[in-house]
Amino acid sequence: MVDVLRFRDDEPVGDPAVTVDAFSEQTNASAVRVEPGDDARDLIPFLEQLRLIEVDFPSFMDGRGYSAARILREAGYKGELRAVGDVLIDQLSHLRRCGFDAFAPEKGLDPADVEAAFNRWPEVYQAAADDRQPIWAKRHGITNG
Amino acid sequence: MYRYDQYDQAMVDARVAEFRDQTRRRIEGKLSEDQFKPLRLQNGLYLQLHAYMLRVAVPYGTLNSAQMHVLADIADKYDRGYGHFTTRQNIQYNWIKLEDAPDILADLAKVEMHAIQTSGNCIRNISSDQFAGATADEIIDPRPYAELLRQWSSFHPEFLALPRKFKIAVIASDTDRAAMKLHDIGIRLVKNDAGELGAAFYVGGGMGRTPMVAPLIRDFVPLDQLITYSEACLRVYNRYGRRDNKYKARIKILVHELGKDEYARQVEEEFAHLLTQNIEPPLAELERIAAHFTDPAFETGLSDDLDLSDPDFALWVERNCAAHKQPGYIIANISLKPVGGIPGDASAAQIHLMADLAKAYSFDELRVTHAQNIVLPHVKKADLYTLWQKLEAADLGTANIDTIEDIIACPGLDYCSLANARSIPVAQKISKRFAETGKSDTLGELKLKISGCINACGHHHAGHIGILGVDRKGVENYQLLLGGCEGDDTSLGTITGPGFDENGIVGAVEKATDVYLANRQDGERFLDTYRRIGMAPFKEALYG
Amino acid sequence: MKILTGNDLKTGAVTWWTGQDWSLHVEDAADVGDEADAIAAREEGARRVNAPYAIDAVREETGGVRPAHIKDRIRALGPTVRPDLTLKPADPEVGNWVI
Repeated sequence: MVDVLRFRDDEPVGDPAVTVDAFSEQTNASAVRVEPGDDARDLIPFLEQLRLIEVDFPSFMDGRGYSAARILREAGYKGELRAVGDVLIDQLSHLRRCGFDAFAPEKGLDPADVEAAFNRWPEVYQAAADDRQPIWAKRHGITNG
Repeated sequence: MYRYDQYDQAMVDARVAEFRDQTRRRIEGKLSEDQFKPLRLQNGLYLQLHAYMLRVAVPYGTLNSAQMHVLADIADKYDRGYGHFTTRQNIQYNWIKLEDAPDILADLAKVEMHAIQTSGNCIRNISSDQFAGATADEIIDPRPYAELLRQWSSFHPEFLALPRKFKIAVIASDTDRAAMKLHDIGIRLVKNDAGELGAAFYVGGGMGRTPMVAPLIRDFVPLDQLITYSEACLRVYNRYGRRDNKYKARIKILVHELGKDEYARQVEEEFAHLLTQNIEPPLAELERIAAHFTDPAFETGLSDDLDLSDPDFALWVERNCAAHKQPGYIIANISLKPVGGIPGDASAAQIHLMADLAKAYSFDELRVTHAQNIVLPHVKKADLYTLWQKLEAADLGTANIDTIEDIIACPGLDYCSLANARSIPVAQKISKRFAETGKSDTLGELKLKISGCINACGHHHAGHIGILGVDRKGVENYQLLLGGCEGDDTSLGTITGPGFDENGIVGAVEKATDVYLANRQDGERFLDTYRRIGMAPFKEALYG
Repeated sequence: MKILTGNDLKTGAVTWWTGQDWSLHVEDAADVGDEADAIAAREEGARRVNAPYAIDAVREETGGVRPAHIKDRIRALGPTVRPDLTLKPADPEVGNWVI
């Protein structure tokens, strides 16, 4: 079973992630956890110092974390962006596209299912937070700018 | 119409493989029903009252004969020989087996069809004007824009777990034939003062428990910012739409609670940010799509005359046909509302026939309307009589479009586990009563809509006459509403008073039409008379 | 009486707990008394049924079982507007039983 998936080369952050509220008082922390009700943009002034942002998915059907992730990547965040909680096989490829590069599911995942999930989509229709070239770009010879 | 390139085909094929894998994992027990349900819903598969129900997408209501033939084959091979055309221009099948569903999706993929996102908390089928490309009153064909949005919304990684479902309609004429303002986003293509084409965005409409007419949020979005602006609208909803209460989770509630100006402001902020992110396809992509929607090879120099000496044909032309932009051509509506029949249902044989007729007489194109009828958009007037005879022979020639017999009805308690009351028997009784008494013709345009529950899939709020089925202590009961309208002068119906039982509601509808007939002036429709004289005379007649 | 109903996972067919297994026919339904939740959980866990739930019903004089709510009666037999698609297409009394 897979416990944590990580698509980064650097060392994982050891510090526990603090909540966004606690972070506002403890602004030297390097790891923070974003809940669905938090505004990810509150972290934008601190992105340089953050090495780990966890985004919590209490339920896989609450999709606010997808927007939080893209917002953070759009703001230039380069550190580890980890989806935690109710992280299931069938959402993995979408989470990746939104900018997550690490996954800490509550329940272990079958490695064969994980691999199939990440290789599911030969193409993508939209530009997102990953590097994949959308179909419209391929059709018109537009490389990622 | 749009044809897939290798990229589109790769996507539907990947989707079939994904669902096949998900179904296997469900049947093997690796996925619980709670985990599987959102996945199957996003492939249009419901667990319904009698069996699994599959809702196949008909993007902006457009399809060709090859696709229609496959829809008929699916009905025969996997279902019970018929399909139901829905109020969102889709088709659904009521007797599907889960173990067959992946194969059905594979059959659909072979003809560039799918069931992607026809249910679930995601962006649904994008609907449009059923006369697009055929009518003279549009500024441009809206369907390329609907196709651009369809691709943008398909498997959009950020918007697959929205607070609730999301429905978009795109039109391009002043006459709204798609109930645009009753959608989560309604888009009307418009020209600004400089003559440039762009889109007006109406956000926050919908029916259901709390019907609302969408306010105008932005009067002009340039064509080369359509996707970026749409993305901003959706992101604000995904972040701030309510998730605490399923019945308050649509974007209409967010727009209402924020106020339209504040919602518009938040969208502008997000829009300004997203414009820096290069997410917009180039205009060349819109042009590439639009090239699929050029006019078919119309003949020129054709006569505009029609021999109307056959009175049955003449009535059908008057009721069911609409003017075409090209001289010598006409738009033909096929009514799926035979008197006493099940609104929107068609047998496999009928679907095959309509496919053949489209190929022979309509440049191989058909449309599904949100009123649950079919359109052959490009018929030569010279062919119209022959076409009508063939429709008549197949019980598809009923001359009742937009009359009281042309009832929009949800499947209701006969088919739907959400329903409180049966809707189809009420529709059947009403259509028989008015056909028998000959009143359908006298009444003229009268849009009657029936929903079997408050979810309003029958659009009862937008009926000139609306009927809502409710459960009154375990017994079916029906509320009557008057004065709704889905067109450009969109209005929501008002309840008349206490409800009626099944026979009572038929009588009540008849009394309401009698009040109209007694009071109408100068070519007024039912709706016009109601708007002029108000509810009081109707209440008086109904309740004494 | 309380009876259990659900759908067959693979076919979607409406099924009724007989006390031993799942039948397509409501007249085979058994009174589950207080055991509904326990039976439902066990059967769903074993994937012998999908989405089971308990409903009220009465035993008819004829020995049949009549669900208390019209929705469940329609579910038991089929759509009232397509008698040919119900479980008893040849029975002219089907419509009356449902209503």
